[in-house]
Amino acid sequence: MGVPLLAIGPDVLVVEPLVKAVTAGRGSGPGGDGAVATFLGLVRNHNKGRSVRYLEYEAYDPLARRAFERIAAEVAARWPGVVLAVHHRVGRLEIGETSVVIAAASPHRAAAFAACRYAIERVKQIAPIWKREFFEGGETWIEGAVADPDDEGARLEAERVACA
Amino acid sequence: MRVTVRLFARLRDISGSGELSRDVEENATIRSVWRRLVDEFPELAEYERSISSAVNADYARMDQAVHDGDEVAFLPPVSGG
Repeated sequence: MGVPLLAIGPDVLVVEPLVKAVTAGRGSGPGGDGAVATFLGLVRNHNKGRSVRYLEYEAYDPLARRAFERIAAEVAARWPGVVLAVHHRVGRLEIGETSVVIAAASPHRAAAFAACRYAIERVKQIAPIWKREFFEGGETWIEGAVADPDDEGARLEAERVACA
Repeated sequence: MRVTVRLFARLRDISGSGELSRDVEENATIRSVWRRLVDEFPELAEYERSISSAVNADYARMDQAVHDGDEVAFLPPVSGG
């Protein structure tokens, strides 16, 4: 039994199980993929002039899973034949650790790259996940996008970036 | 009727709790639950235009009705990734 395609939790993230997961589950069996594109998000040691010590991530877990399912469905509609995996970590993460891993498998590389980029843009737009930055001298919640999965303008922007 | 309110990130810090139980009127909407919270925790008002909301772990619009036993969640702007 391999890892699930979509997951959120406190466990350390590794890429290889996601690569296996996205290339294993086709109706016609394995072997049809010509490409897997992967993306890892890492905890960076600086942000907006601040020296970052570590991050704490929290999520609304059941809604995050549904957001990932929605993103996977969007990918399947836009790039038929692509299989997507998204794992996001929560809890305290040190500098250099992986906060998110995305893998996209496809018969051809163009769709794999595009779907992978699209998925991380959409995670940042609509996944109910928050990072609290602990930096030298203080701490702050990071607030990015107003989450609205039905905002077609935001979705199209993610698609535009993915296909640039 | 009674609903469970879930608050995340800075909203949780402002209210002092990630989970509250509140009595609301029979024809309550997500918006009326939010307004009641703002009365209780005035600092939440700055999120008036930037919160998202969910009912029973599904994104929902602010004018959606809520029902007895629902879990109503308020989400500040997200920052995953």
